[in-house]
This record gives sequence, C-alpha cells and structure tokens, in this order.
Amino acid sequence: MAERSFKKEVQALRLGDGDEFRGEGILAVTKALLQSGVSYVAGYQGAPISHLMDVLTDANDILQELGVRFEHSASEATATATLAASVNTPLRGAVTFKSTVGTNVASDALANLASGGVTGGAMLIVGEDYGEGSSIMQERSHAFAMKSQVWLLDPRPNLPKIVEMVEQGFELSEASNTPVMLELRIRACHVHGSFRTKANRRAEYTLKDAIESPRRDTGRIVLPPSSYLHEQEKITKRWPAAVKFIREHGMNEVFDGDARDVGIILQGGMYNGVVRALEVLGLADAFGNSRIPLYVLNVTYPLVDEEVVSFCAGKRAVLLVEEGQPDFIEQALNTVLRRADVQTRLHGKDVLPMAGEYTGGVLTAGVARFVERVAPELLAGRPLPRAARSVALPAASAAAASTAPVVARIDAASIPRPPRKAPAEVPANVAATVATAVHPRPPSFCTGCPERPIFTAMKLLERELGKHHVSCDIGCNLFSILPPFEIGATTMGYGLGWAGAAALNTQETSKRTISVMGDGGFWHNGLTSGVGNAVFNKTDNVLLVIDNGYSAATGGQDVLSSKAENAIRSTNNPIERAVRGVGVEWVRTVTNTYSIEQMRDALREALTTPTKGPKVVIAQSECMLNKQRREKPKQRAAIAAGTRVVRERFGIDPDTCTGDHSCIRLSGCPSLTVKDNPDPLRTDPIATVVDSCVGCGLCGEVSHAAVLCPSFYRAGIVHNPDAGDRRRDRWRRRIIGWLQSRIERRLAGLSA
Amino acid sequence: MSFDSVSRPRGDAVSAPAGGPAAAGEPGAPARAITVAIMAMGGEGGGVLADWLVDLGEANGFLAQATSVPGVAQRTGATIYYVELFPEAAARAAGREPVLALMPTPGEVDVVLASELMEAGRAIQRGLVTDDRTTLVASTNRVYSMTEKTAMGDGRVDAESLLAAGRASARRFVAADFARLAEEARSVIGASLFGALAGTGALPFTREAFEAAVRRGGVGVEPSLAAFAAGFGAAQAAGAEASAAQTAALAAAPAAASPRRTVLGPRLRAHEARSVAGFPAEVHEVLRAGVLRLADWQDEAWAADYLSRLEALPALRAAVAGEPPHALLSETARHLALWMSYEDTVRVADLKTRRSRFERVAAEVRLADGQLLDIGEFLHPRVEEIADTLPAALGRRLLASPGLRAFVGRYTRQGRVVKTSSVRGFLLLYAVAAMRGLRRRSLRFEIECARIAAWLARVEATAARDAALALEVARCQRLVKGYGDTHARGWSNFERLMTALDRLPPGVMSADGLRALRDAALADEGGTALGAAIAALSGTAAAPPPARAA
Repeated sequence: MAERSFKKEVQALRLGDGDEFRGEGILAVTKALLQSGVSYVAGYQGAPISHLMDVLTDANDILQELGVRFEHSASEATATATLAASVNTPLRGAVTFKSTVGTNVASDALANLASGGVTGGAMLIVGEDYGEGSSIMQERSHAFAMKSQVWLLDPRPNLPKIVEMVEQGFELSEASNTPVMLELRIRACHVHGSFRTKANRRAEYTLKDAIESPRRDTGRIVLPPSSYLHEQEKITKRWPAAVKFIREHGMNEVFDGDARDVGIILQGGMYNGVVRALEVLGLADAFGNSRIPLYVLNVTYPLVDEEVVSFCAGKRAVLLVEEGQPDFIEQALNTVLRRADVQTRLHGKDVLPMAGEYTGGVLTAGVARFVERVAPELLAGRPLPRAARSVALPAASAAAASTAPVVARIDAASIPRPPRKAPAEVPANVAATVATAVHPRPPSFCTGCPERPIFTAMKLLERELGKHHVSCDIGCNLFSILPPFEIGATTMGYGLGWAGAAALNTQETSKRTISVMGDGGFWHNGLTSGVGNAVFNKTDNVLLVIDNGYSAATGGQDVLSSKAENAIRSTNNPIERAVRGVGVEWVRTVTNTYSIEQMRDALREALTTPTKGPKVVIAQSECMLNKQRREKPKQRAAIAAGTRVVRERFGIDPDTCTGDHSCIRLSGCPSLTVKDNPDPLRTDPIATVVDSCVGCGLCGEVSHAAVLCPSFYRAGIVHNPDAGDRRRDRWRRRIIGWLQSRIERRLAGLSA
Repeated sequence: MSFDSVSRPRGDAVSAPAGGPAAAGEPGAPARAITVAIMAMGGEGGGVLADWLVDLGEANGFLAQATSVPGVAQRTGATIYYVELFPEAAARAAGREPVLALMPTPGEVDVVLASELMEAGRAIQRGLVTDDRTTLVASTNRVYSMTEKTAMGDGRVDAESLLAAGRASARRFVAADFARLAEEARSVIGASLFGALAGTGALPFTREAFEAAVRRGGVGVEPSLAAFAAGFGAAQAAGAEASAAQTAALAAAPAAASPRRTVLGPRLRAHEARSVAGFPAEVHEVLRAGVLRLADWQDEAWAADYLSRLEALPALRAAVAGEPPHALLSETARHLALWMSYEDTVRVADLKTRRSRFERVAAEVRLADGQLLDIGEFLHPRVEEIADTLPAALGRRLLASPGLRAFVGRYTRQGRVVKTSSVRGFLLLYAVAAMRGLRRRSLRFEIECARIAAWLARVEATAARDAALALEVARCQRLVKGYGDTHARGWSNFERLMTALDRLPPGVMSADGLRALRDAALADEGGTALGAAIAALSGTAAAPPPARAA
C-alpha cells in the first residue's frame, strides 16, 4: 500500500468526451495514456513520478477494463525492456521512472530499444528530478535522448498541453519508429490544473493478439549487420520523419510579439517561468502576451532546423533558456545558425547560469540581463524589480547598446505596466541575521523510524570497536550520513551498497567493512550486484539489509518481501531466503530493530566472528510512516468502540534531565527535542518528548544501552480500562497515595 | 512566420481589477496572480493548507494553481508549497488563460505563511518577503534544527533576531504561536495559519468563504474550525496592534515569562533571615532557590550548610564589580547549589515517586477522565552508582574488589524498566529514596564534598586577584552534569580545564581564555575541540583527543 491513496481521484480517469478534468499533472498524464489507447504501462517509483505509479496502482480496475497490463517493474531497466512489446507490433505502451537515476539504470534497454526502433508508440515518461527538493545527482535526461536518439518532449507545464503532448508523442513515435521520452519536471508533475477530456480508448490490436500470433523481424534485433543498418536508418529515415511530424503538427510553438528584432527560445518546461520573468519586467501580461517573441520547444530533441532559422531570421539577438548543463541545445543552435549562415547573436549561458535550477529569481535576472544588453529601450523608465537586481548584472555592453539599431515598432502602450515603487533593499543586518540564524533543514528519518535505532546501534558499536568503513545505498537509509549519525563514506547508486565496498577486501587486516542496503535497493538489483557478487568473490565483509517492508523513500510501495498482502502483487518473499539462495551461509535476522541490544549484538558478531565469508544481517521492522497510517485509524476506531487499548508514548522528567542532550545525539528523532529549562538554577535547555511521539521505544533503549540518564519514562495510557484495570488502579492508588502523602509531609513547609 | 506555428493573437490590454487588496494593486493596474508561498516541513500537512487555498480560490471566482515538491523532501525536511490565484473574470475578459508560475519569484510574493519561525527566516533569506508587498504570517513556535538540538549546552538560535528580521522585511508581519493555538484546538497548524491568513485580510475573501473551504475539505472539520478561529483572532489582534506601528508584530512569543520567584516556607524562615542579613540583595533570589533545593534534596541542615559555605568566602562577597553587580557571588551561589544537589540514585528515586510528578506525567500525556496511566522508568544503575550510594568504606571496597564488582555487575548488565505506577516498582524506588538518611555517609557524598571544597577554594583564591576569571571558574561547574558516562565525561573536562588553569601562567589564562575552553569542552563529545583549544593556549601542538577503544 503506497503512502498516498488516489482511490478517489482515479475516478476522474473515467471521464468521457468533453468533460472537465481538474487535478494534478500526474493524474492528467494517466488520463492521457488511457485516451491514447495504451495496451501496457510499467514503471519504477521514485519522486517525482511516484504518484504516477500510485495512481496506476489505484486505477488497476479501470486499467483492466481497458485491457491494459500494468506492472510494477523490478527496476527501470525492466520497465524499459517492457517496451519491447512495441517493437514488432502496433501495441502502444508507456513506462515511467525517475530521471536521471532511472534513465541510468534503463540505459541498456533504452539503447537496444532505440537501435531497432518500434512499430507501436513507445513512450518513456521521465520525472526530471532536478533543482530544489531533488535527492539525486544533478544531470540531464537530454543526454540520454541524444545518445540513443530517442525524441525528447518537454511540454509547457500546462495540463492541456501536457495531455496533447502525450497523445502526439505516441503518433510521433509511430511516425518515426522511435521511442519518445516525455520529460516532466518536479513541479509540473504536481501542478494542479484542468483540461477537457476525451473518452478512454481500448486498443484495437490487443496483448492477446500479440501473444497468439507472435511476430518477429530479424532486422529489428541488435546484432550485426542489422545494428549497422539501424544507425543509418536513424539518420536517413527516422530523424527526418520525426522532424517532418513535429513541423507538420506544430508541436513547437511561436508566440509572437512586437519587439520583432529580438526573441527568446526556450524549453517548454521553462515557459511559465520565462513568462513570469517577462511579466515582472513589464514585458508581458499575465496571459503570456509577450513583447518579445517566444519560440517554445515542446520538443527539445531533435531540433527542427528550419523552425530555428525561420524564428531567428531578421532578429539581432535571441536568448536561449536552457536549464542545466552541458549546454547541449545552445551548442546545437549555434551549429544550426552557423550552417544556415544566420547572423543572429545567440545568448544563453552568458546571461544565465551554466549550472543549477532556473528558479523565478534566476530567470528574471537572466532575462533582464539579456534585454539590457540587446534592447535596453524595452526596460526604459522603470526600476528593475528586486529579483533582477538581486543578482549583480554585468555592466551592459556599452558598445552593443550604442550600435544596436532602434528596435522596430515598439508598441509600448499595448503592455500595461504595473506601477512599481522602487523596492527598498533588504537591510544588511537582516541579511546577516537570517544567514546565521537559519540552519539547513535536510530531510531525515521520521518520528519512530525503525532505521534510526540501527544507526544508533552502529554509533554505539563504534565506541566499542572503533570506526568501520561504511558503504551506503540509496533510500531513507542514506539519511545516516547526516547529523546526528554521520555514518557512511560513499553511495554508488540504488542497490549498489555492497558493490561499493567490493574493492575493500584484503587478508592484510581482520577489520571488516559494513555495507548498507534497503529492501528496495536489494530487490532492485542488490541481490545480484551486491550479494551474488560478494558470494562469488568470497568477500569477508558485512552487509546490513534494512527490511522495513516497503520501498519507503519513494512513498511506501510494496516490494517482494513486503509483509502486507497485496491483491495484485506477490509479497511475503523473505530476503533471508533469497540471500541464502545465492549462497550466503552466515545470515542473522533481527526482527525488532528497536532493540538496540539485539541490533548491536548482531552487528558485533558479524564484525568479529571468526567465520570467513560474506555475512548478512537483516534488520527487520516496519516503516513507521506506513505502520502509523495503517494502525492509527484502527486504534482510533477501537477506542471509539470502547475496546481496551493501551497507547504508549515517551516522556522526560524535567527535574532529572540535566541538559546534555546525549540522547538526541544518539537518536535524532523529530519528537525528541529541547525546551527551556524550568529549573531556576539551570540555563541549558532540557530534552523533551513532544506530542508527536509514537512510542517506538528507542529513547528508552538508548538510555539503557548507552547508560545515559534515568529521565526517560514510558507512559502507557489505558483507554477504556476493564474491571481488572480499575481494581488494580484503586489498590495502587491507596498504597502509593499513602506513601506519596508521607513524602509530602517530609517536604511540607519548605516552600510557600 | 514562414513555418507552421501556433501564433496566437495578442490579447487586448487587460485591466480588470483583480478584486482583492493583494491582487488589485492600484486601480487600473493589470490583473496579476495573487502569490502565496507556504514554508513548511515535510509531514506537517502543508499540503492540506495548499488544498484549502486552491479550493477557496476556485469557489470564489479565481483560477488556482498549486505546486509542491514531494519526495524525500517530505521526510521532515524544509519544503515550499506555492499557490497562485488569478481572477477568473479577468481571464474571461481577456479570453485567455493566465500563465501561472510554478515557483515563487523573490520580491513577487504577496503572502508567506510559515509554520515555524526558522522557516519564516528561510523565506526572508530567499528574498520571498519584501516590504513593498509581502504579508508574512509566521508561527513563533520552534522546531529546533538538528544543530540546535544536539549541542551539548545551549545551541538554540536567538528567536528575537528572527522576529526582528520579520518585522524589518515584511510589509505586514503577523507572528503568534499558531502551533499552540492549533494544539489547543486539537487540530493541525495549517488550520490556525489559514485562520490567521483570513484575519489579515490579505486575500480578497471573507471569513465565511475561508471557513467554507475548510468544511468542504471534510476532514476534522470542527477542530479545524476552532483552530481557524483562534488563528483568525490572533491575526486580528496583531492587526490592531500593527495599526499603531505599521510593521509592529504581535510579539506573541510569551516564552520569556518572568521566572517564578521562590518563596520559602515556614521551615526555612531562619535560612531566609540569614540570607537577607548576610548577603547583598542581588543574590537573594538565587539563595532562596538554592536553599529550597538543598532542603528538598536533603534537609534543612544541608541548606544551612550551603549558606555557611558561601559565608566563608569573603573575597567573593567583596567582589562587587561586574555586570550585574555581585555576579560572581550570585553565579557561585547558583552553581554551588547545583553541585550540592548532585544527581544521585536517591535524588532520582525521590523525584520520580512524588505525587506532583505523577500529576505532571498525566498532564503531559493528556490523560483524560476514565483513562488509566502506567509509568515505566528506564533505569540502568551500574556498579559505580551502587557503590556511590553505599557508605564510603563499603563503596570503596566494592569498587576495589574485582570479585565483588563482577558479582554485582552481573545484576547491572542490563537496564531495567521499573513500573513506578505499580506497587512493587513504587516501593523499590521509595526504598531507594529513603536511603537519603545514609547519604551523608555515602561514598559519592564524600567525593563530591571534596570536589566542591576544592572548587570553592579555587574560586575564592582567584577572586582575590582576578574577579572575572573567578566568575568563569565558578561557571565551569556547568560542565559537570548528567549521569553515568555523561557525568564522567563532564568531570574529566572540568579537570582538564582546572589542570590547564594551574599549568598556564596567569597572564595566558584570562577569563576570556577560560570561557573559550569551556565552550570548546561543550563543542564535541570526543574532546577534540577542547584538546585543540588547550594546545592553542599553551602554544603546543594539539593534544590528541582521549584515545578511543580501537
């Protein structure tokens, strides 16, 4: 069960011709797939397209009605290989994953798919995890499109456009026998909007047809001599066919403006940001009516040379807004203009940053710089908005300004300019204050997370055995590298935790390395790339598999070893069996990660046992986020129904806590924090447990295992106590109450 | 254009009024989107707030667009939700859909809602809060950052500086503890912030329209509306105040409630009289707190002992200089009281068995009528703590004898959970607390008294020649706190400081120098910073940190 349920929202997928759809970008894409008559969809979850997988999961009934096969792929490579169904048949299919991490994994399949080409429309929907909130290396999917020659769609972040691009993308794929990639940026995936729907289409040619009358064509298989022919075919047939289709269907858009001797070429995904920048500069209205003509590349690869030349012809200068690096498009545009001998000056990374996200502020500053350089008249008479001034502008080239011809037909009156008072600068002292007082707040383990005690145990073991080399993986477990744990030296990719420590094997030391892997990474590829590799190469090191029952970091999707029953998937395939299956003999499973002692003992044994060979410790406790989501409503219902329920949470006695915060340094739980010391004689803040505590028990375990402090208590709140409880309570009250009165008598008269 | 392109006709100039104070700007200004940024932390429900805003807009003649960055950012990290609202009438008049941005542009944000004070600071840092435009609604509650929480002393940033930054950078600043308001209504902070937003009047919607959006949301409606009302009220109150001084915020952080004064009871009258007669007025409050604590910790005689020790320090009492006056005496008195009431098993058992403590726990977990409470204590006494409690000679023997140690150690290897709410567990702790009578003969008592005497003598001796340094010496008691390993670490740091003080020539070790060393001792658990600081002072290479088990 995924973190977020779309059971309600997916009903919008049933909308018919002319209905209005309102909702998130991801849901709109799903609807577009169904309108396009896909026969199969697959993918691997990961932000920002996790919700697409979750939507599909919740829409499984609807998919089945339409005869659509839906798979939770084992990896992005699996997902992409799934598109093989479209190589010889007219079946349409789509797969989705996070990029560029997923595209990296998918590369092998992608290259094979792209080489032979496709018959049915094949689409890869990639969630471009770039910029703010991204959790991965900052790279571009563009490179993959170029190297394998698949077409890259980058639609304006506007629901009708995105839907149209999905539909046209399938046609483009079929017209050019080439897979297409639809790139959705993070915020576009989650943008809320509306569009007019069409009825869902059931494919005429079905999976059943494909299975019952198999088709093959040796010419589509990547093996010489076909592979050489594929390369020629890409250049001589598929590329021109794609360019023709893009032109004929107007997939790219031109929005004209009156300042005709300048222009802006932009990736579709940048459209809203660029228009806002122009609006802020007084060069466009809120509806995208821009004084500077815009050429919007909803298809960023391949470029349509004729369109580029035609847009640039007669312009002194154009600005290319291309997010990320290397500057592939800028290089390509320069080549196009050079070949066509067009003298238009191309600006891009000279006024915009080479690297990093093009946020609202960056775009405003960059566009302002461009306009100041090539057409300062357009900005005349208005102070620059703050965003344009916050980044120091390089002095506008005086030579360029003086030699520039007067911009033709400036229709200044047609753009209403917002009255704007010159904004005051942020006082320097305020800037200094916030710079020191605002700390980074990276994501971290959730309250009650079962992974936290594992790293606490490792931290405590470090005190005993010294530091070990720790190789990390991808997933929530990677938060271990941050304070307060600061455990882990490298991470080489999803499932590659153990592979990342492969070289560190030598008989010259008895010290072992520890590698970490989550259950998600384990099933993605870690079983072979890590465990199989370690067995085969006779490693003597330790793998710690964190088995929390879900692919948790991506939103709590099920994996093979999930304990939950899943109506459409096979779960409950234990990791220990898989590990033993590939030949690991030393395996310890700890079924309660909150027991620091058990965790520490298992790890200590793995690190110190004389037994040679690969050692695997499986740490098993359910992801707290998912557990709470499941258990909390049940608990509430039980309490409401009058059932006896004991709810636990932890607390700290303020008068015994001395404010050293060791407990926090060994836990880092969000519900364990500090507050003012109520003691008039003390100044250091004391630790406190806030109401969000879920009673996981780590605090108490830590104070036991690390011999910290007697301040922690566990409160058991008994809802709907039964007769036995009440009897016991009365008896206790009588005796304890009497003793407490004695204590009070001792203290009576000390304070008034 | 020579090629096939989508070339749309230019829309007519748009000048439809946006309808609200934020959107309209001046009359006749072009329509533009109302921009709202929500600064939140993952898992806090910022998404619900964004949903309400979208619904509010859509139900009241606005086109709405909301974006967020889900993913691992949702795992407790800082994140931004962003909403734009555009007047539908203006779009209709233009015959076109507006182009709404997916992320905020610095200087172009009408409303910033921050669910926490440091997050408000982050909005300011990112330039989202500007004095020509932005209404900043910030909750003054703090969710401390990891850096703030893990400090060995007090690592919290100055909240007042964040509030000042808010006042200085926003057009309008509304600050209140919206988390508390929400909690009191048993709702989420989104609800009280939504109410505050309504209360500021920054958006062109009535209170009823806001409330209707909450109702349509359908989840926890009644508590949400209660929190909404509380937030609304807080913002209105802030507004009333702000009208006097345009940017004045409701400095609603009642955190700095004046410290409760200690009033001594009839059994401590004599102590009171002795304090008043023998000490300057500036230290009376500390003395009262110290006397009460020590009487509570042991008995009246022990409290009298406390005063005697202070009376025996003429140099300290003579040192008036400093800010505030008598700081040396006052701080020494404070630290002496803390040291004389060191945390031992007797004290812990005593505090945990009191009725007031049971009541406090019940309040903290919000025990309701008809519910029962179990309290389990996480205790892990080691051989050392047991020896500490024994009469000195016996305790020493236990510690010195490996056989005895091993025997007792067998029972202390694991921590235990003592259920104080059960008769058995209570009696156990009650019995431990009753060992108070033996305390003055215990090993720990003997050790602490010797340490206290040495420390006081040092403060007194230093006071005669350098009162400022003496003050810092007195404050070094702060390092000695906690239990078990923590206490051992603190004591060893204290000793390292005192050794450094002895070794270094007087000119080298100034008050500032010692303070720097104390800060270094609180910088890391391993003692690395302290080693480096001592080495720097003595001009030698950094002493290696204490060896760790390898």
